[in-house]
Amino acid sequence: MSPSPLIEIRDLRIRFHGDDGRVTHAVDSVDLSVAHGATLGLVGESGCGKSVTSLAIMGLLPKQSAEISGAIRFDGFDLLKTPDQILRDLRGNRLAMIFQEPMTSLNPSFTIGDQITETILRHRGGSRKSARNRALELLRRVHIPSPERRIDEYPHKLSGGMRQRVMIAMALACDPRLLIADEPTTALDVTLQAQILELMRELKAASGAAIILITHDLGVVAEVCDEVAVMYAGEIVERAPVDELFSAPQHPYTVGLLGSIPRLDHRAEQLATIEGMVPNMAQPPAGCRFAARCPFMLDACTKAPPPLLEVGPGHLSRCIRAPLELLVS
Amino acid sequence: MSSLLEVEGLVKHFVAERSLFGRALAHVKAVDGVSFSLDAGKTLALVGESGCGKSTVSRLVLRLIEPDAGAVRFDGRDLLSLDANGLRAFRREAQIIFQDPYASLNPRMTVGQILTEPLTLHYLVPASRRSERVAELLRLVGLEPRLARRYPHEFSGGQRQRIAIARALAVEPKLIICDEPVSALDVSIRSQILNLLRELQDRLGLAYIFVSHDLAVVKHIADHVAVMNLGQIVETAEANALFAAPRHPYSRALLSAIPVPKPRAKSSRIVLQGEIPSALNPPPGCRFHTRCPYVIDRCRSEMPQLKPDGIGHATACHRTSELPSSEAIVPMDGGFSPVLEKLVAAFSGGPEAARGGRVRSLGAAPTSP
Repeated sequence: MSPSPLIEIRDLRIRFHGDDGRVTHAVDSVDLSVAHGATLGLVGESGCGKSVTSLAIMGLLPKQSAEISGAIRFDGFDLLKTPDQILRDLRGNRLAMIFQEPMTSLNPSFTIGDQITETILRHRGGSRKSARNRALELLRRVHIPSPERRIDEYPHKLSGGMRQRVMIAMALACDPRLLIADEPTTALDVTLQAQILELMRELKAASGAAIILITHDLGVVAEVCDEVAVMYAGEIVERAPVDELFSAPQHPYTVGLLGSIPRLDHRAEQLATIEGMVPNMAQPPAGCRFAARCPFMLDACTKAPPPLLEVGPGHLSRCIRAPLELLVS
Repeated sequence: MSSLLEVEGLVKHFVAERSLFGRALAHVKAVDGVSFSLDAGKTLALVGESGCGKSTVSRLVLRLIEPDAGAVRFDGRDLLSLDANGLRAFRREAQIIFQDPYASLNPRMTVGQILTEPLTLHYLVPASRRSERVAELLRLVGLEPRLARRYPHEFSGGQRQRIAIARALAVEPKLIICDEPVSALDVSIRSQILNLLRELQDRLGLAYIFVSHDLAVVKHIADHVAVMNLGQIVETAEANALFAAPRHPYSRALLSAIPVPKPRAKSSRIVLQGEIPSALNPPPGCRFHTRCPYVIDRCRSEMPQLKPDGIGHATACHRTSELPSSEAIVPMDGGFSPVLEKLVAAFSGGPEAARGGRVRSLGAAPTSP
């Protein structure tokens, strides 16, 4: 592990209190760190807690219903204890986020130029004119054709791919140290997805920002990430360097995920499936949360929650049956 | 051998703008001269970017919208000349499944009612035997018959898609159009639905038109693929042939862009420059020429025709014969290591089959929301 990571999450727990008094355990004892300039992929299926984790980093969870504990250290701050005023200075500045839906995350009643300059003026100050020039430069950097004309257009005039590029331009407006991208290409066609991934790689190389990429698409992860954390039912079940994760996964859930993707190289008659359901997070099971769906389950799995243990250099797994090779040899 | 479905020169232009007096001023050329055929029991995939017309084609085939020109023959019948009764009879033979299982099931009806409706409409099963048939349909898609009393909101996305499939199967169709049936689902659920569709095809001899933008899924499920760009088919071939060596520059770009689950995969990705032109005002000549890396003058003025090569691979490009080889354009994911291969096999049922029954029981209880 590098000496001082850019962001370090320790024992993050997030509970949601519903109106009916039910408490949902959305995230449990999550530890994560991202080094300067690295890209971490956060993978998992709907409801696994990956987006909630990122919203906690950004300080965007509703105070009334979300109970958060643990620590998120970023750049000398503990984000969970930082007053709102300072958080507002960090957001959009050193911390930036791109959302999945470029259609809904731009304001339809302002031009894209207005929206980008607003960010610049808020954090960097200066004149309207210099902010506009900076906005033009950003649009050029994300390869928007004829930016001089586009800057005065409203979001509805732009295609989905262009809107996502505007979102990226906005996120980059103040040279963030950490960029959180929540499913940035999910709503896009493959050709546009390729363009956006290319763009993210390019920008990372140019600015040295660290990226947390949240996605359910393992193809995208393989392409841009250095390290991957797999989440299931609010917990990290496996963490590994990207090559390791794809060649020798050490958690049955990861194995199931890899097996369920159609491959281009050979046509399997049947894809792997993960049977059963995600546990009810109002009453998480006592033992391993994946046990009920796991073909390798032992009685011990249901007794106590398995710890996240190192199974190789930089490779952690929350499974008492790891290393999994032994199961099939 | 005559095909189950033959589509010829299908055209649909939507009016985008009207004058004050209702005269059409501008048209979106959603589908512009599309022809293909599909044999019984086979799968044809329509692929392309959003707005290329693939969903419109699937609706035209069912006459959910009326084409402006062209012909659709199903089992030898001319669909476009059918009257209301004929059309209703046709709907028994062709069904559709949509992308969003949350929107395509009536929330006020129980699953039993949803599945009984087509049986009643088509006078298929006597009233006394309907609940029996509903149970049979649910079992067919891997759900427990007791779930018939529940409402759609009590089910997860994957289970709802199973219900939508059961509804389509209720009339015993020969053709099912699957419009992005797995795009809204998580990977592990997606694989369950893909397996189910495959299994049902084998068992019931169904033909599918599979509309998808996910090319790995298409490679997995399709026998034939038609690649569409701006309302036209630019290439059509057997799935294996297309993925081994796509010919049209657009197909090359599309297939080279597939992200594969293998870090550092060797990739000769073609990143297209420029925006997708609007179907409101498609470029003259070849509709891909504005983004094509191989464009020559001829492409700007003359529209290329879809030319078959004699072994079932047709391409609409003036330069088909001159383009560089496209082998190795589609990224390879290299498959799994032998150990991982065994692990995946063990995961999907090896030791489980022995441990009894859990693997195939998909019914389970619905999620509590």
